[in-house]
Amino acid sequence: MAARLLAGLPRRAVIALALVVGALVVAPWIVNDYLITVLILILYLAFTGQAWNIMMGFAGQLSLGHALYAGLGAYIAAALFTRYGVGPWVGVLLAMPVAAACGAIIGFLAFRFGVAGVYFAILTIAFAEFARIGFDHLAIVNAAAGLFLPVAQYTHNDLWRLRGDPTMFYYVILAATLAVLALCRILRQSRIGYFWLAIREDEEAARAAGIATFRYKMYAVMISAAVTSFAGVFYAFFYNNLFPEQVFNISQSIQMILGPIIGGVGTLFGPILGAFVLTGLAESLTAALTACGVDLPGAEQVFYGVCLLFVVGALPEGIWPWLSRRCGIAERTA
Amino acid sequence: MPFDVYLNVAVSGLLTGLVYGLMALGLSVIFGVIRVVNFAHGEMMSIAMFLAVVLFSAFHLDPLIMMVPIAAVLFAFGYALQSGLINPFITRPEHSQFLLLVAVGIIIVNVLLIVFGPDARTVQTAYGFDSFQIGPLIVDAAKVYAGAAAVLFAALLFAFFRFTRVGAAIRACADNHTGALVVGLNVERLYALTFGIGAACVGAAGAMMTLIVDVTPMIGPTYTLLAFVIVITGGLGSMAGALLGGLLIGLTEALAGLIFTPSAKSMFAFGILVLVLLFRPQGLLGKRAA
Repeated sequence: MAARLLAGLPRRAVIALALVVGALVVAPWIVNDYLITVLILILYLAFTGQAWNIMMGFAGQLSLGHALYAGLGAYIAAALFTRYGVGPWVGVLLAMPVAAACGAIIGFLAFRFGVAGVYFAILTIAFAEFARIGFDHLAIVNAAAGLFLPVAQYTHNDLWRLRGDPTMFYYVILAATLAVLALCRILRQSRIGYFWLAIREDEEAARAAGIATFRYKMYAVMISAAVTSFAGVFYAFFYNNLFPEQVFNISQSIQMILGPIIGGVGTLFGPILGAFVLTGLAESLTAALTACGVDLPGAEQVFYGVCLLFVVGALPEGIWPWLSRRCGIAERTA
Repeated sequence: MPFDVYLNVAVSGLLTGLVYGLMALGLSVIFGVIRVVNFAHGEMMSIAMFLAVVLFSAFHLDPLIMMVPIAAVLFAFGYALQSGLINPFITRPEHSQFLLLVAVGIIIVNVLLIVFGPDARTVQTAYGFDSFQIGPLIVDAAKVYAGAAAVLFAALLFAFFRFTRVGAAIRACADNHTGALVVGLNVERLYALTFGIGAACVGAAGAMMTLIVDVTPMIGPTYTLLAFVIVITGGLGSMAGALLGGLLIGLTEALAGLIFTPSAKSMFAFGILVLVLLFRPQGLLGKRAA
């Protein structure tokens, strides 16, 4: 299994991957609590970026409303937990099909009626905004007042109920990120992955070649949505509070997709690299400005925006394709 | 509730809708010609709103008059943005353009935040509480002036595209990019001009909008979304469609705010957007792409 996953990667890439994973596994023994929280955020964004990349990077369908699927996952698991005491893993089992079904509805409507490109992207925003305002008025999840998970000092980590210290959450999200990386690798190398690539590159040609483009685009949306909803469940149990205004906000969707775009759309490691670069950048800007004694709310965001402009201007394909070529660890192109 | 309450709210919504329409017109012109979706549109409008607020509070200059110089400032901003940043991106994929404009939006929001702070600002004109009464109808004077100014501005724009040589050249770029290059049009300069015109629309709309709502640095993204909803409802690239979409969304928001709750009003706007995208993807007045 592992051998098949790694087949086709240059030896240097395998060694680099092993080193990075090893470093991440031992990180909690070395770094402090603050950095663990930052790493959790990075891995969360790497995970969601990877999930978004299935839809956009592989199948070429631009979604700007992925906050919808994360938000649904978060709310379903949190509501089950707070109202009925049902644990998060059961919540995941419900959240994933619901998110996939929502993705299927949006995909069905859009693809059946020929909504594509920018229009499709804006349709996804519309559904996410619809959900945001809807949940803001949905009494069963406390509407705009927010849904809170009970928080206490935990003496031991309860993995089954996902209650515990940040280190436990760190390993959960690390495992999830590696799992979704493997999933993406498998998808990419399977029949469905090649169909997606064909659709992304030229949909009409793909259809002419006999690919059921509608069906495979639907698969892309549904898989992407289901995977994203897992991240939402994690979000709910890690942050313990949910406000529709936050979880369904378009800024969440944007945050999820900045990583893969900066890292490299359609690549396997781009979303992970992008999450590290962007979150690292944001955190170091905050630290640097604090060290310089600058206390201007918004200043780091301005620098962040300028850096985004610079990266997208200098590296149109993203950082990973450029970096992997330079280091000789590029995947052999299929 | 008596009928004239509905009527009053509807008229007020329609007048606000005219200003929305002008804002959306800017987005529509930019997309129709350059084929770039301006994800920093609302943020650009908040620049104009702050300019209007500052001019008013410092020099007591009326936003309705100041909309002309403000539109000129935004024109220069849009021209510079297109020729400096966006022109190299016109052949890039959509997500790349999206990232570029999102970054521009982030910078605008946070520069405004640094300069003006997070508090809401407002303009209190002498006619702020005046109203006109026509039969059972009572309408805010400020909204009437703003709506009339929006119509005037839009009419000037129609005339520009219809009757001037530059306007015709821009329409040529929109119809056929390669053809425009072949006949020797300076497409990059025309694109910069177009982005400037779109920015001027949103600048004028922003100045008027200060008569209707308060401004904070954070309202930009909300108006970006609203502009999308309006433009797609009316038909991307159709100028009359943008105005019609503005009226429709303004009316919907006003009535939804009255019948349900004000905080749910944009849900109905998004509901309309979804319906339009599904049943008439080219928008109410848009032409279906060949």
